[in-house]
Amino acid sequence: MKPEDLYFWDGPLPETQAPTSTPEPWTETKVVGKPVTRVDAYDRVSGSAIYPSDVILPDMLHAAILSCPHAHAMVKKVDTSAAAKTPGVRAILVDGQVGANVPWYGGRSGFASRLFDPHCRYEGDEVAVVAADTIYQAWDAVRAIKVEYDVLPRVTTVAEAMKPTAPAVRDGGNVPQAPPPYSRGDVDAAFKTADVVLEHTFTTPCELHNPMELFGCVVKWDGPRLTVWESTQGVYAVQSTVARALNLPLANVRVIGHYMGGGFGAKLDTGKYSIMAALLAKKTGRPVRLFVSREEACRSMGNRPANTITLKAAAKKDGTLVALQSRVVGSGGAYSEGGTGGVDFVIRELYACPNVKCENQSAYVNAGPQRAFRAPGHPQGAWALEGMMDALAAKLGMDPVDLRLKNIALVSQSRNGNPPYSTTGFADCLREGAKTFGWADARRKPQAPAHIKRGVGVAGGMWQGGSGGPPATVIVKLFADGSANLNMGAADIGCGTKTWGAQIVSEELGVPLDRISIEHADTGTTQFATPSGGSKTAPTESPAIHAAAFDVKQQLMGMAAEQLKLPAADLELRGGEVVSKTDPAKKVALGQIQAFGRRGLLVGIGYRGMNPAGKAVNPFAVHFAEVEVNTRTGEVKVVRFLAAHDSGRILNLKTFQNQVFGGITMGIGFGLTEDRVMDDKQLGKVLSANLHDYKLPTALDAPADKTVVVVDLHDTFSSTGAKGVGEPATIPTAPAIANAVCHAIGVRLTDAPMSRARVLRALAAQKPAPASQKRGE
Amino acid sequence: MDHDNTDKPAPATPGVSRRGFITSVGTGAIGVAAAASLVSAAPPETQADVVAAGGMSSVSLVVNGRRHTMLVEPRWSLLYVLRDRLGLTGTKIGCERGECGACTVLIDGKARYACMTLAVEADGRDITTIEGLMTGEELGTTQQAFADEDAFQCGYCTPGQVMAAESLLRVNPSPTLDEIRQGMAGNLCRCGAYAHIFKAVAKAADLKRQGR
Ligand code: FES
Ligand code: FES
Repeated sequence: MKPEDLYFWDGPLPETQAPTSTPEPWTETKVVGKPVTRVDAYDRVSGSAIYPSDVILPDMLHAAILSCPHAHAMVKKVDTSAAAKTPGVRAILVDGQVGANVPWYGGRSGFASRLFDPHCRYEGDEVAVVAADTIYQAWDAVRAIKVEYDVLPRVTTVAEAMKPTAPAVRDGGNVPQAPPPYSRGDVDAAFKTADVVLEHTFTTPCELHNPMELFGCVVKWDGPRLTVWESTQGVYAVQSTVARALNLPLANVRVIGHYMGGGFGAKLDTGKYSIMAALLAKKTGRPVRLFVSREEACRSMGNRPANTITLKAAAKKDGTLVALQSRVVGSGGAYSEGGTGGVDFVIRELYACPNVKCENQSAYVNAGPQRAFRAPGHPQGAWALEGMMDALAAKLGMDPVDLRLKNIALVSQSRNGNPPYSTTGFADCLREGAKTFGWADARRKPQAPAHIKRGVGVAGGMWQGGSGGPPATVIVKLFADGSANLNMGAADIGCGTKTWGAQIVSEELGVPLDRISIEHADTGTTQFATPSGGSKTAPTESPAIHAAAFDVKQQLMGMAAEQLKLPAADLELRGGEVVSKTDPAKKVALGQIQAFGRRGLLVGIGYRGMNPAGKAVNPFAVHFAEVEVNTRTGEVKVVRFLAAHDSGRILNLKTFQNQVFGGITMGIGFGLTEDRVMDDKQLGKVLSANLHDYKLPTALDAPADKTVVVVDLHDTFSSTGAKGVGEPATIPTAPAIANAVCHAIGVRLTDAPMSRARVLRALAAQKPAPASQKRGE
Repeated sequence: MDHDNTDKPAPATPGVSRRGFITSVGTGAIGVAAAASLVSAAPPETQADVVAAGGMSSVSLVVNGRRHTMLVEPRWSLLYVLRDRLGLTGTKIGCERGECGACTVLIDGKARYACMTLAVEADGRDITTIEGLMTGEELGTTQQAFADEDAFQCGYCTPGQVMAAESLLRVNPSPTLDEIRQGMAGNLCRCGAYAHIFKAVAKAADLKRQGR
C-alpha cells in the first residue's frame, strides 16, 4: 500500500501490507471517546516516569557543545590543549577527527554542512564537543577551548539576503529556486470586475518551539550495538539518521523514547547531539549524556519562520469571494529552504474561491535553521487570511460569521481533481460555535466608556494533514488470564496516544484499562511507526490498533464457536464471556475456552489501510475570542475563548480538550507575546535566547474560561473515523484574537505578536473612527 | 507578563511567582546573594568557611525526610545534586536560570527553584521533592488531583507544577481562581495545560479541606 506523504520524513517510507480484514466502524462505544484518566497519569505525576534526560547509567559521562558565537565565521584554528588538561575531561571532538566527517543539513538530495563544519553560518553552529565526569567539568573544558575565527560579513534578513551584493550564506547564492506559483482561474480579471477589493500586508514572528524538556539523549554502546535514549517524537526517524551517520546496520541502533517532554515538531528531526554523543561514547568506552542548554535550544533547535504575507482579496457585494492573491516571503535560516512552506495552504483551500494565485519567496540568512513547528505555515496563513476575512466583512457590512458561511468549500479546490472532503464540519463549527459562544449578543454588546475596551472576534482554519494513512503495524496480545498488551512504535508526546490506544483495545476486547500494558516507541521491541507529528498519530495508528484487537477477537470467536458449536457470526464478547446473540444462555467465559487456554496467548496484527480514493480528509476548526484591551497600556487580555473543532471521532474527550486548550495557549503566544528577536543591525545574534526574553504564555496569560465544542459528523474514512487535532488547535487562535482586538478598539493590527507597543502605536495612529464603528458610545 | 489590567498589588502568594521573581532580581542572571535571600529569611550564616574554588564543602541536606551528608562543589546547584548525585530525577531541568519552574521543590515548606539554589545554601534545610509527596506507592493529594483533572500533557513541567501547587495550598488552603493563577505563574507549561492545572489545584484544595 502506498505510504502517506510525510513532509517531515526524508526518504522512502516502508510499505505495510494491506489489512486482511477490517472491522466495521463502531456505532456506539463504551470506552472509546470517554474522558478516562490517562493510563500513564500515575507515572507522570509521581515523578516515576523516566524521561530521556533523567536516564542515569553507571559510569556515565556528561557532554557539552562549543558553538560559534558569530552569525557568520570561518574557523581558522581550534586549540584544545588547555581544555584537555582541565579536571575530569575524558574526550574532545573537533572537525577532522575520526568519525566526525558526518554530512549534515539536507537529505538524499545532498548536504550543505557537516558535523563540525568550519564554515559557521549562524550563531550556534557547532565547533566542538567535550565529555567529562560532570556537566560542570564539561562546561569548564568548553570554556577552555580556544578558537580562532575569521568573522565574515553576515546577513540576517530576507530583504538584505536577496540583494545581489549580499554576503553569500551558502555556495550557490542566497536565493533557492522558488517553487512555481500556484494558480487557478484568473485573478487579474476577477480583481477588475469585483465589487470590493482589499489588500493588506501581514507579518508574523519567528516562533521558537521551546519544549520544556531540552533536546538531547543518553547513549551507550554494547560492542557494535548502540542504544539511544532520546527525547524524540519518532524513534524510527532517529534510528535511520543515526545508522546513516555512523554507518551502522539499522538492527544495531536501538532508540528508546518512552517519555519525552514536548516537541511541537522540533523533535521530528534528529539532532547532531545524538551523533556527537555516540562518537564520544565510542571514544571513551563510557555511556554519555548530552543535552543542550536552553540558550542553545533557542538558537539552534528550530523555529517557525517569520513571514511577510501580502494578501489581496476580492468579493461581490453579497459576500461571495471571487479572488485571492498572496505573496509570501520568509527564511528557513542558513540551511533550510522552507521559509514559506505551508503558509498558502489555507489561502488556497479554506474558502470556495474560483480565482487564486499564490507566490512564495524564500532566502537563506545567517540564522538558526527552521524545523517543522505545529502546523507548519498554517498559523501564518490563517493570520493573514482570517484578518482579511474580518476586514472584508467590515467593508461589506456583513457579520464575520455570515461572511464565512457564505463561502464554505465542499471540495478540496487545490488538490488534483477537486475531491470532496470526506466530511467538513467547518460550517457546523461556525454555527455551533457562534451559538454556544453567544456571538451575536457579544458582538452587539455596547462598549463601556472606560479605558478598557472589550471585543469579540472569530477566525477559522483547517490543516492540510490530519488524515493519517499507511504505514502502521500494531500488535495486540491477549493473555490466557484475559489481560492484554498493546505493542506499537508510536511515541506518546503528550497527546494521550497510549491512553486512547488502550481504550480501543478495551472497547474491542472488553479488557479493563488497568489490565492492559503498553509497549511503545522502542525500535528494539515495537513495530515501525512514523514520527508523531502533523496530527497524524491518532488517524494513522487508531485504525491499526482497532484492526489488531479485531484480529484477536476473531481468533477468539472462532475458538468459542467451535466449542459452543455455534456459528461465529452469532457470538459476541460481553463482560469477559463469549455469548450467543440469539440465545444468551449459550455462553462461555474467556477462561473456559479450551483452545485459548492451551495456546495461552493470542496474537493479533493490525495494519493501517488506505484512505478512500477520491476523498480529501481534513480537520477543521473555528475559534472565538473575547478580549479586553487596555488603551492606556496597550495590553491585550484574552478573557474568554471557545474552540469548535471537527476532528472526526474523539477518542478521549479529556485529552482532546486538553490538547485543544494547549493549541489555544500556543496561539496566544504567537498572537501576543512570542518573538525571536535578532540583532539584525549589529551582530546578527539572537537577543531572546532564553525564557525571560522569549515570552511563553504563563498561567496569567491563558484564560481559565475556555470551552471546546465538538463537531463529529461520523466520518467513516477509517474504521475509527478519527482525524487529527494537534495542529488545527493552534491555527485560528491568533487571528481570532486580532479580530477581537479590532472589534474592541476599531483598528486592525496586521503584525504579530500584538505587543503593547504595537497596540499603542496603532491606537496613536488611529484616525477618529467613523460613527458607525463607535458602538454604544 | 502581567496581564492584570488593574493596578492593585498582586495578592500575596507563597513561593516564587514569575513576576515577583523577575522584579526582585532584574533579569534571569542572578547572583548568589540574591539567590540566598530567596531561600530563607533566616539571618545569614556568620561563620561560613571560605572554600577554595574547586574545593569541596560538606553539606547535610534533609531530602524527603532522609539526611544526606555529602561533599559538594560550592558551585553545584541543588537541582544538580538532587538529580545527578541523589538520583531524584522527578525534579526536572528546563532552563537552569530561574525562568521555567520545572525544578520547583519545597525548601522548608516553600516553593523554590532548585536551579537557583546552591547546594551549599540548602545546607541543613528541609527539602521536599515530588517523590516526597508520595506515601509509599500512593499518590499525594495534589498529585492525585493533577492525575484526575488531566493537568498535563507531556508531563515534563508537572512535578514543578505540583510542587508549586503544594506550596500554595499549604499557605492558602482555599485559593480563589485568581490566587491560583498567581500562585502558578512561576511555572511554565509549553503544552498549555493551564486550564486543567487550575482545576487540579482547586480540586486538590477541596480534597485537602476534606482531610485527604
Ligand atoms: S530549571 Fe529552574 S527555573 Fe528552569
Ligand atoms: S505538560 Fe508539557 S510542558 Fe507542561
